Amino acid sequence: MTSVPLSGRAASGHRGRGIRKFNRASRKAVLNLLGLLVALFALFPVLWMISTAFKPASEIYSLTPQPLPLHPTLANFHAVFSGSVIGISYWNFLKNSLFITLVAVALSSMIGLLAAIALGRFKFKFRTTYLIVLLIVQLLPQQALVVSLFIDFRKYNLLDSLVGLILVYTAFALPVTIWMLRNFAATVPKDLEEAAAIDGAGAWTRFWRILLPLISPGLVSTSVFAFIFAYNEFVFALTFLGTDTAKFTLPLYVQYFYGQNSTNWGAIMASSTLFTIPVLAFFLFTQRRLASGLVAGAVKG
Amino acid sequence: MVTSSHSRPGTPSPAGSSPGHEPDGSPDRTSRSAPSAPVLSPRQRAAIWIRKRGLGPYLLLLPATAVIAALILWPAVQIGLFSFQNYGLMQISGVLPTQWIGFSNYSQILHDPEFWSSLKVSLYFAVAVVPLTLIVGTLVGLLLARLGPRMRTFVSISAILAWATPAVSASVIFAWLVDPDGGVVDWALEKVPSWLGGGAHWAGFSWTNAPLPAYTVLTVMLVWTGFPFIAVTVLAGLRTLPPELHEAARVDGAGPWRNFWKVTFPLLRPIFLVLALLSTIWDFGMFTQAYIVTGELGNRDEYNLGLYEYSQAFTQPPHYGLASAAAFVLTIILLIVTVGYVRAAIKQGAFA
Repeated sequence: MTSVPLSGRAASGHRGRGIRKFNRASRKAVLNLLGLLVALFALFPVLWMISTAFKPASEIYSLTPQPLPLHPTLANFHAVFSGSVIGISYWNFLKNSLFITLVAVALSSMIGLLAAIALGRFKFKFRTTYLIVLLIVQLLPQQALVVSLFIDFRKYNLLDSLVGLILVYTAFALPVTIWMLRNFAATVPKDLEEAAAIDGAGAWTRFWRILLPLISPGLVSTSVFAFIFAYNEFVFALTFLGTDTAKFTLPLYVQYFYGQNSTNWGAIMASSTLFTIPVLAFFLFTQRRLASGLVAGAVKG
Repeated sequence: MVTSSHSRPGTPSPAGSSPGHEPDGSPDRTSRSAPSAPVLSPRQRAAIWIRKRGLGPYLLLLPATAVIAALILWPAVQIGLFSFQNYGLMQISGVLPTQWIGFSNYSQILHDPEFWSSLKVSLYFAVAVVPLTLIVGTLVGLLLARLGPRMRTFVSISAILAWATPAVSASVIFAWLVDPDGGVVDWALEKVPSWLGGGAHWAGFSWTNAPLPAYTVLTVMLVWTGFPFIAVTVLAGLRTLPPELHEAARVDGAGPWRNFWKVTFPLLRPIFLVLALLSTIWDFGMFTQAYIVTGELGNRDEYNLGLYEYSQAFTQPPHYGLASAAAFVLTIILLIVTVGYVRAAIKQGAFA
């Protein structure tokens, strides 16, 4: 591990130490500057949304936009909470979204866990086929399936109903849930279960005492993914909740709000901030776990 | 899809494809079946029966299979069926029965210039966005690998926040950024010197009223949402490479450009393939962002394939048959890419 010339070819022999040190420092500065630019590109739209949400109307339409509000105001948020624009408060939509999302996450976690145990811990005939079908199913275009589901749901009176959305979100969260949980289920060593079985533990005890505690970290990260999918979903909500404004979920509410008063940018950005920030905060808290799950999900299938 | 795994003998054969009779893979066969107690409760008897036949995994899969079959697979099949029927307003309200009309939905769509223009929009968009996202994401991934730990955490968390921003929020935010009155983009472009393409003519420029500007905005938006995933994945891939390789190449006189194309890229080629295919599926099938930025379904000349298909079903009067035919075309195109993705995933040992 002797020093390696930093700037390519014949640098090492001729130049002195000081120059090399300078090169290293300036290289580091350039890289950090680039890093800051990337972070700025990534964060700017979100920061601009938040900043706009706190601006009074006069600053939103000023001739020279300011990065930060000069006279920050809560009026935009007040408009969103009081429901002064479309007649219904933000709380109503938050309630809808949380209810649908939490039920769907619970259902898909339970159903997905059973399937993941089958796929991760048993060998059977169609295991690989099943996994491949899941992979394909997960990538089917939702805007195509929604036509067919709309007709079915209309038949079974599931339109304008939160139950219908719960069903769809459960189903569409399942493939990823099963795939991720399967990896966790497969890593629980078989010896552990065998030892317990020899000690007389039945299947039920082994599940509760051995499998579940060891899979539960996986259950946390799949729940986060399922939560974010269901909380953000737009196409199904748009199609199934078409007429009943009170039943809208948050993404539909934000889009409707934007469609109804596309000039009231302060209030639109306030509603979008209230919708977005919980997701981002959630991500920040769980990002270490998620990043690894994300990579595992992408690279390993 | 199944054939793809069988047709290549070279790939590590996954466990399930071996036809050998191993019905019971449960870990504790020996301990459980040996001492057959004389009195068994019905529940125990059922458990033994299930175990003997190796039904355990199938029972565990039953709920998931039922939900996925009813809410994803069946609708997909039904799309195919509807595409051969005259399913419209009269049929959905039960006034008239549906009739099988052969390929006439397809021929009607294929003779619709709007279908072709929407297909073209989807294609051009994917051709522009996929390489751009990959390039930006890879460059950021390479940059992250060279940053110090603190800076790397900061930049990658910032990037992940962009990725995590919901599609609806991103669309509304970008609509505000490019708003003709008060949007920051037009203001900034007005200030840019004219030799860089800026100037007074940008004041009040409307980005969403014509296809090219609207899809330019969508391009920037999807690169913005898409690059962090690529960057994080590339970074993870870079960390699996032994550092000696790059040092050896550097000692041999390879600059960063050659180093990337001769060392990094060949080794990470499978990852790039998977990322390219996934991005293609996402970008070709973009719906939410296009729906919001192009103004719900109001601008027919700004439809991509997804919007075209959706508008057939959900603008008055509804043509579910035509929509199903278009949806079927969209699904088939994406399935072809998906098959490539599955093959790449198999090659990577995803099923091992």
